[in-house]
Amino acid sequence: MIETEEKHILTMLVDNKPGVLSRVVGLFSGKGFNIDSLCVAETIDPAVSRITIVTQANNLVLEQIEKQLRKLINVIKLRDMTGPRAVKREMALICIRAKRENRDEVLRLVDIFRCKIVDVGPQYYIIEATGDRGKMEALISLLKPMGIKKIARTGSIALYREPD
Amino acid sequence: MKLNGAQILMKVLQEERVDTIFGFPGGTVIDIYDELARTDIRHILVRHEQGAVHAADGYARASGKTGVCLVTSGPGATNTVTGVATAYMDSIPLVVLTGQVPTHLIGNDAFQEVDIVGITRPCTKHNYLVTRVEDLARILKEAFYIARSGRPGPVLVDIPKNVSVAKTDYKPIEKVSIKSYSPTYEPNTKQLKKVMKLVKEAQRPMIFAGGGVILSKAAAELTAFARKTRIPVTMSLMGLGAFPGNDPLSLGMIGMHGTYRANMATAACDVLIGIGVRFDDRVTGKTDCFAAQAKIVHIDIDPTSIRKNVTVAVPVVGDCRISLQHLNRMIDEADLGDLDANRDAWLRQIDEWRRAHKLAYDQNPEGPIKPQYVIDCLYRLTNGKALITTEVGQNQMWTAQYYHFEKPGHFLSSGGLGTMGFGLPAAIGAQAAFPGKPVVDVAGDGSIQMNIQEMATAVEHDLPVKVVILNNGYLGMVRQWQQLFYDKRYAATCMHCAPDFVLLAQAYGAVGLRAERPSEVEPVLREGLETPGPVIMDFRVEKEECVYPMVPAGAPITEMLLA
Repeated sequence: MIETEEKHILTMLVDNKPGVLSRVVGLFSGKGFNIDSLCVAETIDPAVSRITIVTQANNLVLEQIEKQLRKLINVIKLRDMTGPRAVKREMALICIRAKRENRDEVLRLVDIFRCKIVDVGPQYYIIEATGDRGKMEALISLLKPMGIKKIARTGSIALYREPD
Repeated sequence: MKLNGAQILMKVLQEERVDTIFGFPGGTVIDIYDELARTDIRHILVRHEQGAVHAADGYARASGKTGVCLVTSGPGATNTVTGVATAYMDSIPLVVLTGQVPTHLIGNDAFQEVDIVGITRPCTKHNYLVTRVEDLARILKEAFYIARSGRPGPVLVDIPKNVSVAKTDYKPIEKVSIKSYSPTYEPNTKQLKKVMKLVKEAQRPMIFAGGGVILSKAAAELTAFARKTRIPVTMSLMGLGAFPGNDPLSLGMIGMHGTYRANMATAACDVLIGIGVRFDDRVTGKTDCFAAQAKIVHIDIDPTSIRKNVTVAVPVVGDCRISLQHLNRMIDEADLGDLDANRDAWLRQIDEWRRAHKLAYDQNPEGPIKPQYVIDCLYRLTNGKALITTEVGQNQMWTAQYYHFEKPGHFLSSGGLGTMGFGLPAAIGAQAAFPGKPVVDVAGDGSIQMNIQEMATAVEHDLPVKVVILNNGYLGMVRQWQQLFYDKRYAATCMHCAPDFVLLAQAYGAVGLRAERPSEVEPVLREGLETPGPVIMDFRVEKEECVYPMVPAGAPITEMLLA
């Protein structure tokens, strides 16, 4: 039975030391696991960083990924944030062609998707967009036909909702 | 008290009760060597850094202690990589100390600089670069702790030259605690109860024991468990010696070159209890067909091994020894019924398989020497009690098949990585751990040349290892595959040039002996084993002998090629 591969968001707290990110990424590449996106930064505790990886795998492989990550000495805690219990967001800077014929449409989409225009040029705008994956995918697919020149995406980050 | 880095290293080594280090000096470790010479720690100078790591490895496998080696930066460090990967694949506790260029030169392509932490990241359990002497003591204590705890493994510590020389206040570290690392030793009681249930209900049970039993020092508990439940036991290559090889319940080794009865029993069993194993591809053959009728129990300290390769009905994360102690207690309190009657049919079936295809060879007294005959004689002459290391290939497999190990810590072989050149330095390490015991390296003529330079180490330090070379002029195992699957196209497996091993031994100041006829085998072995000091024995064996049974790669283990 071939299990379906689904996207999963894994976030881990790790020691904020040189080489730890390399260790985590090396594990993925060495074992043939895939990385869709990766985001890493310090937390409130300067000794601890948070790494958020979006990976695509079936359940059996995902189990291996989680176990192998937990086994790393520098990984303090690991959670799969894929379900509804977590708030997920990603950000993108999108450089979109903005000529007379499509400028209005771009502005309209920016308004509907509650994005911001952070750079204005004679031929291009740069849009800053934040949202969950669904919103980002929708925005990008609507902007694509108009001509996205370049794009920088952060990939997902996530936090668990606090219990009541 | 203000100490420099090298002195702090000595303090920690003494606190960890390290009595032997294998190493090779160089510029970045001169300060460490200066301090080392002032301690009582025995240093064994090898002739290649790979030899230092394999020796520390052999020392660890034989004694159960953590092996330690010390090498310099750059090429010294890169020369350890094969040895480190060897230890990593077999989960052997080692602390590998490498020198490094001063911190201000790191990243500058300095002389003899190499990013050894980067290079060994995938093949160490963990590694460190020490950037401040204030961190050195803690890092070293953590290294020892990590190496020997949980699932053991090699830990590398890279020490820049300026850190060795810098001074700081030294305070002994009482306790090591790493918040992100805490292995599970105690198994879950609910899972153990499920195991007991399967043991009670099983009609055709089997135990599959591996290296984890030996690392956990659980041979006695395993033996008790098997005998109490009257369940037959098979072993992976790494598990040989975990259960007495001559016990009537022993099935011998399982897998690609395992015994007929072990492989057949695996296919027919209804409960397979895996203890300290990882269900590696050499064992399982085609995984879909492996133990197809059985519910699999998997007891292991490393959760990543469980459900990696095979479907498991009852996973138990925990230390093998502690888990077996619990199970043995539960068995004493349980009623297992009339075990003699219940097991009878199953054990009789296994015996039928044993009689159908025994491990056998035909030694014609007038013909060429059969390599299996050499191992047989070795077994008899050492009473099955020597410490045996092997190289890799046919020499390794015949040793595993024909030398029946009774106890753990006696069969020291590179299983996971399969490193040729492991045997001689590992024998040196084992001999250093047990100066009074007979230590024999079984080698092929190809493998022995990979670290032959370590003969000098053996002679210099009075480590009287005996090398038994099964000399057939070929890279035997690869040649076997070419013979069976590539229509005998022996590409690059025939070594046309070979040294005279007797003269080579003598060149090192050791004794060299040769046997060319079957009648000479026993006398040469006897003489070699009884001669003091290191000895090389060159046995000119049958050129095209194959290891049987053999499971072709990717086939189910029931489909064995038989002699």
